[in-house]
Amino acid sequence: MSQTLAEKLLSRAAGRVLAAGETATCRVDLAMVHEAGAQMLGPLGAMGVRRAWNPERIVAVIDHWAPASNEKAAVMHQRVRELVRSYGISRFYDLGNQGVCHQILVEQGHVSPGMLVVGTDSHTTMAGALGAFATGIGPTEMAAVFGLGELWMRVPESVLVTVQGTLPRGVSSKDLTLAVMRDLGVDGALYRAVEFTGTAVSRMPVWERFTLTNMAVEMGGKAGLITADRLTAEYLRKAGAAGGEYFAPDEDAHYATEVRIDAEALEPLVAVPHSPDRVQSVSSLGEVRIDQAFLGSCTNGRLEDLRIAAGLLKGSRVAAGVRFIVTPASHSIYRAALAEGLIADFADAGAIVTPAGCGACFGGHIGVLGPGEVCISSSNRNFSGRMGSAQASIYLASPAVVAASAIAGKIVAPEGL
Amino acid sequence: MLALKVGDHVNTDMIVPGRYLAILDPEELAKHVLESLDMPARIRPGDVLIAGHNFGCGSSREHAPIALKAAGISAVLAESFARIFFRNAINVGLPVIVCPGISRLPDGCEIEVVGRVVRAAGLELPFVPLSAEVQEILDAGGLVEMVRRRLA
Repeated sequence: MSQTLAEKLLSRAAGRVLAAGETATCRVDLAMVHEAGAQMLGPLGAMGVRRAWNPERIVAVIDHWAPASNEKAAVMHQRVRELVRSYGISRFYDLGNQGVCHQILVEQGHVSPGMLVVGTDSHTTMAGALGAFATGIGPTEMAAVFGLGELWMRVPESVLVTVQGTLPRGVSSKDLTLAVMRDLGVDGALYRAVEFTGTAVSRMPVWERFTLTNMAVEMGGKAGLITADRLTAEYLRKAGAAGGEYFAPDEDAHYATEVRIDAEALEPLVAVPHSPDRVQSVSSLGEVRIDQAFLGSCTNGRLEDLRIAAGLLKGSRVAAGVRFIVTPASHSIYRAALAEGLIADFADAGAIVTPAGCGACFGGHIGVLGPGEVCISSSNRNFSGRMGSAQASIYLASPAVVAASAIAGKIVAPEGL
Repeated sequence: MLALKVGDHVNTDMIVPGRYLAILDPEELAKHVLESLDMPARIRPGDVLIAGHNFGCGSSREHAPIALKAAGISAVLAESFARIFFRNAINVGLPVIVCPGISRLPDGCEIEVVGRVVRAAGLELPFVPLSAEVQEILDAGGLVEMVRRRLA
């Protein structure tokens, strides 16, 4: 039987050969919790789960409010620490070592190809860039995973996204992701896995691949998957990850739908309010003045993203009246950016560098938007009210467009790229 | 039962905005559920929510089904659901039903569920039965109870 990558990965997790549409009980290789862990104590107690099925397979992270922005957030953190103590979780990334959970999982070597990864966050799909099946679940379901080490999964049909060619200079995997969003829409991959392939993907460095699989959930996807290859192995070796099982889809696998994109034809794109699939080219946008620019999130808050932005800022200043907020995705990225002098570049140019974490992306703190304000963001969702006021407008774009816009005071693509 | 209607792609940021995520008390969350659509003032206990496609898309926050349930919503019927919301709703005991054609119903109509059919506004809409795995969770009284029995 020929299989997609999703079918192969879930067959492995279930211990039997599965096809799309079937439902099976799957063993979990890695479980990740962030502040939603605070909501697990109740269900865990009521379920009678006294110990985790395997504490070595659990990672806990503080990321949403880093550090706590008010007393309620502080109480959530206390409950997460209680969870960590009670269930013997040794791999805990508390404040001072924190970062967006998805970034922590991949950079700290917790994910290996072939794994089934579940996390209490929708962007758990990101780890699929390493050839693992990774998806989000809620805290009550995570409590069940703590108790049983397994969960039921319906094997999804797959959408095949084939991207051939080389991305033009100044066009990033974020622009490609937005191009896929435009084609698929916000439910084009509902209940499905999105499998990315083609020469543009196989040549793409792993840090850029993460943006594609991260936003698979914005397409409605259950997972975003990329076949693990030589570049994956290299990335994992540097991250200190162990082994793993490398799977590739069969050549005659069946896909529910297919999307083909010519990488050469892409240009800088932007998702306009209030949906990530309302995508148009930056050049067709007309003048959009901004109040805030946000560089960060699990989608685009990596060291390489910060380098692109800092490079554009050098010798320039953030436009008067614009707040440019830079939030590294993890503390280790923050430290690397500090060592490279990027943080100084941002500060000198009038940008605000915040502690690592989710930051302004979800509207919880450090960078909340007021009524009528406009923000250009490197994050993943521009829903009404996402970053604060429901009367604010959010545009999604690449780190290069975010930085260039912060300098210009309006949404622009970098000149000369 | 009265049906309150919302559109397509209602996301979890609309259901419970990020600024309320540090709230863990269901009753407190219920005061803010779908507040940009003025729902806290409109919902009466027992009402059902009818929705278009992809209801509950976006963040995995379990606050969303918890807030709807605490506000008195007895079930959500939609053309389709985003998968994490669907799982979360079943797990916390909020019935969610995939019902093709449900978005043809008008806001505020009387709605009746008989067997596997929704009757409202002169229409009879058959809905999609839940899968065996999902039904097992609901039959046990929710995921908490199902796991409790397994571990007992």
